[in-house]
Amino acid sequence: MTLFTFTLNGKKQTVDAAPETPLLWVLRDTLKLTGTKYSCGQGLCGSCTVHVDGKPRKSCNLPISKVAGKTVLTIEGLGERGLHPVQKAWIEDEVAQCGYCQPGQIMTAVALLDKNTHPTDSDIEAAMKGVLCRCGTYQRIKKAIHTAAEEA
Amino acid sequence: MNSSESKLLDRRQFLKLSTGSTAALVLGFCWPLSGKDSVSGEDGIFVPNAYLEIHANNTVTVIMPRSEMGQKIYTALPQIVAEELEADWSKIKVLQGDLNQVYGSQTTGGSASVRTQYDRLREAGATAKAMLIQAAAITLNVPVSECHAESGYVHHLSKDRKLNYGSLVALANTLPVPKNVTLKDPKAFRIIGKDHKSLDGGGKVDGSIKFGYDFELPEMLTAVVARIPKYGGSIDTFDATEALKVPGVTKIAPISAGVAVLAENSWAALQGRKKLVVKWNDGSHAKINSKKISEDLHVALEQEGTIIRSDGDADKALETASRQIDLTFEVPYLDHAPQEPNNCTAHIHNGICEIWVPTQSPGAAWWAAKSVTQFDDENIKVHTLRMGGAFGRKLQSDYVRDAVEVAQLTKLPVKVIRTRTEDLKNGFYRPSSVHQVKVGLDRNKKPISWIHKLSGPQDGWAPIITGGADELAYDIANQKVSCVMTAQPIPIGAWRSVAHTQNAFVHESMIDEVARKTGRDPLVFRRELLKNRPRHLGVLNLVEKHSKWGKPLKDTRARGLAVHYSFNSYVAIVIEISEAKKGINVERVTAAIDCGTVINPDGVRAQVEGGVVMGLTAALYGEITIDRGEVKQTNFHNYRLLKMDKMPEINIHIVESTEPPTGVGEPPVPPTPPALINAIAALTGKRILRLPLKSQLA
Ligand code: FES
Ligand code: FES
Repeated sequence: MTLFTFTLNGKKQTVDAAPETPLLWVLRDTLKLTGTKYSCGQGLCGSCTVHVDGKPRKSCNLPISKVAGKTVLTIEGLGERGLHPVQKAWIEDEVAQCGYCQPGQIMTAVALLDKNTHPTDSDIEAAMKGVLCRCGTYQRIKKAIHTAAEEA
Repeated sequence: MNSSESKLLDRRQFLKLSTGSTAALVLGFCWPLSGKDSVSGEDGIFVPNAYLEIHANNTVTVIMPRSEMGQKIYTALPQIVAEELEADWSKIKVLQGDLNQVYGSQTTGGSASVRTQYDRLREAGATAKAMLIQAAAITLNVPVSECHAESGYVHHLSKDRKLNYGSLVALANTLPVPKNVTLKDPKAFRIIGKDHKSLDGGGKVDGSIKFGYDFELPEMLTAVVARIPKYGGSIDTFDATEALKVPGVTKIAPISAGVAVLAENSWAALQGRKKLVVKWNDGSHAKINSKKISEDLHVALEQEGTIIRSDGDADKALETASRQIDLTFEVPYLDHAPQEPNNCTAHIHNGICEIWVPTQSPGAAWWAAKSVTQFDDENIKVHTLRMGGAFGRKLQSDYVRDAVEVAQLTKLPVKVIRTRTEDLKNGFYRPSSVHQVKVGLDRNKKPISWIHKLSGPQDGWAPIITGGADELAYDIANQKVSCVMTAQPIPIGAWRSVAHTQNAFVHESMIDEVARKTGRDPLVFRRELLKNRPRHLGVLNLVEKHSKWGKPLKDTRARGLAVHYSFNSYVAIVIEISEAKKGINVERVTAAIDCGTVINPDGVRAQVEGGVVMGLTAALYGEITIDRGEVKQTNFHNYRLLKMDKMPEINIHIVESTEPPTGVGEPPVPPTPPALINAIAALTGKRILRLPLKSQLA
């Protein structure tokens, strides 16, 4: 086991973990932040998406050793000081069905809007196509991203 | 039952439950149960119940006897109660009820929650309202007839005085429960029929909602099970030496479904599983593969089938027909693949087995725990957790059994999680089936004979194959539908819309082909054959208008249509597609649904959107295949789901209706694949007979 320090949702965090442990399990099991979800464990679905240094990353195949010294934002940290416009748009447009994929959808959408304040439909499709939703909420996700872009 | 005196309460034992306090008015309906909770998990329709608490602080808590998996019943069911209660919607809270005999059956399935609980939940609200009004009348010393309820208050008309519900609960608790209550005239509804936002929407955007996979108890272990990979196989030997060296792995032991790896956390369990070496015995079905299953199903069609529908004399009518059209269709096994893989937490302590499980059927979960532990009934406790999708998969309790067996290996609580791979390979799949259809036409090209023979795997519940096959809505005088069941080792289960998935594909592809072969417009042709089916016509007309059916398209585009009745609802779908470099693009979907009285229109639209996506996914990619006795698909790269970039625009239209509410979650799925396949026939002339489409157009 090794100690790793990184910034998590604005605060310094040190964890003791085997270097190859994926960030996903450090978040969920060690730090009890279960908003980040497991669904495929192989980088295929995006349910586990968090931000690492501002970029969307799939945490299920990102070893904790690669996170040391970096800044991580999870769904819990996103709205800590009041809901983010994307979260508000998600509520406004009633996006979620079961809700399981939505933390990954929201983190991916926030990252898109951070670099592209007014994305087109095809920008949205390109950014979001890696995040699966078995409930089929894609139409509303697209709409909510536009809503958030207008209101931000 | 509009505004009528409800007699239902007379027929039932109506219990007022004690809460041990006067701070809340608690109403429970309790119907006599036939012995134990007899939930089997397969049948979607059971005796419903309602349960309601009104607190002194004016909060109204609706306790849900059914479970939430994304279908929005946590909002729709409270809307029904709140309407009759004349509650203040902003004061409504919702709580998941645990498994409790007071509720009767608690299985969530068959698109049944709203349609089967509508009357009872209205009665629950109306009964509570009547008692609150009576309590107010006593308090104000006025006749009941001078009081009425509105938005969480009882008002006295002449004196302009009002009392909030919270202030009345102590007195209301002492009053007898009325035997008859008057329900509202639907014209006066102000909560039913409105787009209320999800009561639990906020928790879904900030990570705070806990699903089964997120459940946690102090000192809890996490386990994964290396499940026996081949059907009929078993464990030969296993070597845990390397696995036990993984830090955090605490125990490795066999259970009936495989070898369990217990650990202090998920990652350790997963690593332990990787290092575990198991030698498996092949067992009896090690040679089975999809090709053989398909051949068996085709051969089975040569046998005499069990007749499930017979109108007129279809064989004779076929002989006299001037033209005959024959097609044979085939559909594969499908997995539900909810985004949350199966999981269950169990703890056996002091002779009690307690489980926490995301399930559609807490009753089936209870039976699984009972059959493993053989504990006394009262020592098995089931807590229902929220599901990250289910679609029928979480009606099963194989994963509960695993968890309870693992819990027997430790004194600590243990959460047993499945990886995506174990989840996909250990499904209860929508069955594969083969369908031979013969249609005879008279001299005027009118269908006079319909013969449909289908074959599928046996599991003791025929409707899992035949459901809907015997309900062809088209006016064809002579019909014969029969079915042959074959024995297959692949577990099957209800998959969103159950047998309607395959039978709608067969009905709607065949009728479309008859229209094309006889040079008829597919919509006009259907309309003629549905002239005595007003609600089918209602959705057809709506979808015709909004899809611009009949309006010419470019040569590179085409539309396809399907209409289907299931779970008491009617859905018509038009899909517009375009030619792509490889295959096709799905451009636009227009859907019309008639589901009777609508509780929450936006919730209906969400379910139609989701159902269309699930239907498209099945039609385009969905296929579980078997090779050498085991499922080949291992993750989302080889069991593909529709992604955002392939998502068509979906427009949804709801028929206005005052009929009783009917199913919503499932009915949009069945007509979607045939609408797509019919569009392909219109665009290319090619009739796709076997799903999924995959590379059939390449
Ligand atoms: S769980 Fe990480 S991409 Fe699926
Ligand atoms: S909302 Fe259920 S998986 Fe996306």
